[in-house]
Amino acid sequence: MHDKQIRRRRAVLAVLVGVSLILLTAYFGESQTSPLHNVQRGIAEVLSPLQAGASRALEPVRNIASWVSDTLHAKSQVDGLRRELQTYEAEAARYRSAWLLNRQMSQELGLDQRLGISARDLVTAQVIVRDPALWYETVEVDKGSDDGVRLRDPVIGDNALVGTISFVGPTLSVVSLITDHTVSVTAQVLDRNGDTGELVPAVGNPNELVLQDLQISNAQQAMTGPQVGQLVSTAGFKSQNLESLYPQGIPIGVVSSVNTNEEISSGNIQVTPSADLRGLDVVQILTNPRAGLERAQVP
Amino acid sequence: MSDAFRLAIRLIALAFVAVVIQESVISQLSIFGVSADVTPLAVMAVGLLCGSLAGALFGFGTGLFIDLVLVQTLGVTSLLYIAIGYWAGRLHELRDPSHELVPLAAGAAATAFAGLGMAVIQFLLGVDAPVSFLLLQQIVITVLVNTLIALPVYALVRRIVRPALPDDPHRRRRRAYATGGLSPLQRPSERLGRRARGA
Repeated sequence: MHDKQIRRRRAVLAVLVGVSLILLTAYFGESQTSPLHNVQRGIAEVLSPLQAGASRALEPVRNIASWVSDTLHAKSQVDGLRRELQTYEAEAARYRSAWLLNRQMSQELGLDQRLGISARDLVTAQVIVRDPALWYETVEVDKGSDDGVRLRDPVIGDNALVGTISFVGPTLSVVSLITDHTVSVTAQVLDRNGDTGELVPAVGNPNELVLQDLQISNAQQAMTGPQVGQLVSTAGFKSQNLESLYPQGIPIGVVSSVNTNEEISSGNIQVTPSADLRGLDVVQILTNPRAGLERAQVP
Repeated sequence: MSDAFRLAIRLIALAFVAVVIQESVISQLSIFGVSADVTPLAVMAVGLLCGSLAGALFGFGTGLFIDLVLVQTLGVTSLLYIAIGYWAGRLHELRDPSHELVPLAAGAAATAFAGLGMAVIQFLLGVDAPVSFLLLQQIVITVLVNTLIALPVYALVRRIVRPALPDDPHRRRRRAYATGGLSPLQRPSERLGRRARGA
């Protein structure tokens, strides 16, 4: 009797592990339109109203907890932020002047303005589910293809880029945040040279991104290159009929650390995201880019 | 309705509610920069209370449900949670630990296993981005936060599944009183002596 129980227990365990491994293997090698993905999409779709309901019903609890946490955090930040504000006000005045000049010159030269955010429609969505795992930095929002959302649409929150749409259902979408290991963005430092590189996450550190592949080869270039505190935004690019996934000029973060040796040898600098990625409640999805253009991402 | 059926219904409801509450609410609350995760704790608690078979099945179901809801690679979380549920169940079957702090230690171990196991599986599946050493720090903080809430989660799960357990101590005691059985407050000799005197 006891032996029978042991055999049954081991058999069930083996079956469960086997099913998990089969699912993992099958899912990993399948495309987005495969049966397993479709089943997953269907279940996520069915559950999304329930999750949205639970999220809204328990919002007061979340708000109270956030308020306590934010208040404690805010007190420690006040002095630093006041100093930053003064710096940014001075910078804003300079940028405003440069922007006016740029607009005037662009109009005179007839440059293409359609790479910017203004060429997209904005869909506002509420975050209904957040993945707590450190490896999947994703959130689920309550807008989907019925609202015009498409795969790979950029998503902004707190006036900065927060991620891209990685899954779309009719009434829900999954946003892979810029700290997710599957996301990379072509980004530009707003310095004198406009240094451009590929921004990737530092997995495990939600407050840090790595801007890599910067073309800095000597100390002279490093002197005039990226400095701590400078803004980093999406670079955007257009090559014939290919266009970047992300429109030009969406703020991403600020340069947080520059090591000259590392900058010259590997072209890497550290960037802190501007948006509070763990505290997102509402995001905006940039949809509806110009028709007739294929979109691409720098590999 | 049989005990096994009642237990299965309760476990399914528990898994469903735990995952929905976790993903909709708890994961949006940041404590020391991380979010608590009650799902490995629930799997651990079910294993400790119901045994290895129920623990493994509950772990598989909960993990699969999480992967489905979060639209992530199927099978990863279920694989980890099967191990958590099974090991907690074996601990219950082999040692039957009665110390009140056992869920605390088991909760910490379950969370650490889930965090490190996920890292290993992700490395095996391939990671393109650089990995920060802070990942370890984040896992440690998550373990600490989960350890703090392990006892309340265990108490809640026990409250939900206990009435459906075949060997529920409360029910056994009630049954014993109703049929004239032993009270745990009396020694057998005292009770027998009183009966003899009464006779």
